[in-house]
Amino acid sequence: MNTIWALAGVVIKELYRRKDFYVLFVLTAVITFVAGSVQFFHDPNIVRYVEDLCMLLIWISALLITIATAARQIPAERESRTIFPLLAKPVTRGQVILGKFFGCWLASGIALAVFYLFFAVITGSREHYWPVADYFQAFLLQWIMLGIVTAMTLLGSILFAAPSSTVTILFIVVAGILFLGRHLNTVALHNDEPLRSIFYTIYFIIPHLELFDVRERVVNDWGLVNWLDCGLAALYAAAYTGLFLLLTWLGFRRKSLT
Amino acid sequence: MKKISPGWLLALLLTLCFTLATLFVPRAAWWNDVPRAADWNTGRSRSENVFKLLLGEGRRLFGNEMFDMADAYFHSGYYPSIFDQPVTEHDVAGPAEGKTEDEDSTSDDFLGPPPDWIAALDRHFVPNRHTHLSSGGPSGHEKASSVQEILPWLKFATDMNPQFVEAYRVGAYWLRRLRMPAQAREFLFEGLHNNPGNSELLFDLGWLYNEDFHDANRARNVWRAALRCWQAQDDNTKQSVQAKRLCDDITINLAHLEENAGNWSQAVKYLEMTKQVSPNPDAIQKQIDEAERKVTSDK
Repeated sequence: MNTIWALAGVVIKELYRRKDFYVLFVLTAVITFVAGSVQFFHDPNIVRYVEDLCMLLIWISALLITIATAARQIPAERESRTIFPLLAKPVTRGQVILGKFFGCWLASGIALAVFYLFFAVITGSREHYWPVADYFQAFLLQWIMLGIVTAMTLLGSILFAAPSSTVTILFIVVAGILFLGRHLNTVALHNDEPLRSIFYTIYFIIPHLELFDVRERVVNDWGLVNWLDCGLAALYAAAYTGLFLLLTWLGFRRKSLT
Repeated sequence: MKKISPGWLLALLLTLCFTLATLFVPRAAWWNDVPRAADWNTGRSRSENVFKLLLGEGRRLFGNEMFDMADAYFHSGYYPSIFDQPVTEHDVAGPAEGKTEDEDSTSDDFLGPPPDWIAALDRHFVPNRHTHLSSGGPSGHEKASSVQEILPWLKFATDMNPQFVEAYRVGAYWLRRLRMPAQAREFLFEGLHNNPGNSELLFDLGWLYNEDFHDANRARNVWRAALRCWQAQDDNTKQSVQAKRLCDDITINLAHLEENAGNWSQAVKYLEMTKQVSPNPDAIQKQIDEAERKVTSDK
């Protein structure tokens, strides 16, 4: 276990050494401030469009950070040949995968926490209302979702040739699931066979990342989601994360490192 | 020094463009707020804003999208997507058109029962009840009932499509309900600037003067202008149900103003006009009879 945490610690240190997080945070802050400075009908209490925009930017930034961080872990180790002394410690390939996964997941969690803190401060200062539990739940669900994305990206980094292709493909897949995932069953119903079965199969196979998107509930003050439902969603996420990590391990176990 | 990747540079440039555009929007709006006599003469309008500079005439396509966003905010996010049954009536516009809030609501239960367990679980994480911001919103919390949250989208809708009369009318209605009559008047002025002589906007302006500013003289003048503009329309347009209803509203309100001022003969004249377009001419005839009795007794 110590080996896994040591590996994870290296990934977390990488987060604050690289510019990705800082650039995305500054961009999110600048756009939010500018959007918030616009007044409509001289009414300073209009705030939801700013919350909506800020949450969207947080989602995009978190996905970029997670995918970009996870996609380069194993290829970078191979390219710089540090994978050989690492595996000679001895560290098993399974431990490398788990260490990288936990490192990326924790790093994305730290970045996400900073983003949510900024969001809470901005909206609280405009709204004079602090639904801390709602924000915490939204953060937690998004972080759980990032776990699936991290595992998917690690699998992608084993399958695809370069980190750039992994980032591009993963970003398209994740965006596709987020936009279309919950509607695939409706699309299936409006098609004839065999398209109907194909769409249904995709619908039941893909990890439904959109389950963890509670932006509309937070922005529109719908209140907390039942914690039992959150628990079910967490189990669902754990199953997919485990599956993707297992596939990554199976792929990495047989992969030539030279 | 480490080189920044081209992807990041591109993202940075795009964001810079967006930021500058957002910075210039309020400034350009201020430029447009200062009307120049030359603009009036050349027919240039306030609608010639940054959106026009950036998107050209294509911006009009986004007007309806922005109006849909206002309706989605009005429902606190409980709103059909492009994959669901399309919305035929915007609830946000209902009260402005004199309807009760839940009348003809197409977004009432567009979801139906969940078809599978994934959809059933998903319903717990998204807005899942039909509510209106104007009647408390989803939580019933006072802050959540802030209907002013729809206003930016109505403003965007009119910025995108300055000929979107319904957006001006709905915006002015909600501004009035939020006790912001000065802002409602400003918004209607903007609408009239972009749609000169529009009888619907003139009617709403007259209503605003009468109800919120308690200025009957100005209301009378504006409603008379609305009636003149309505009469100037071609015959086909005047025969539509909506046009008849508008004429009904204008003339009946003018009649009431004249009744209050004691001008009974003028009131009868307007009531006669109302009778021609009203769906309920018998009731109007009773009002005419009553007013004529007053005319006779005055003599």
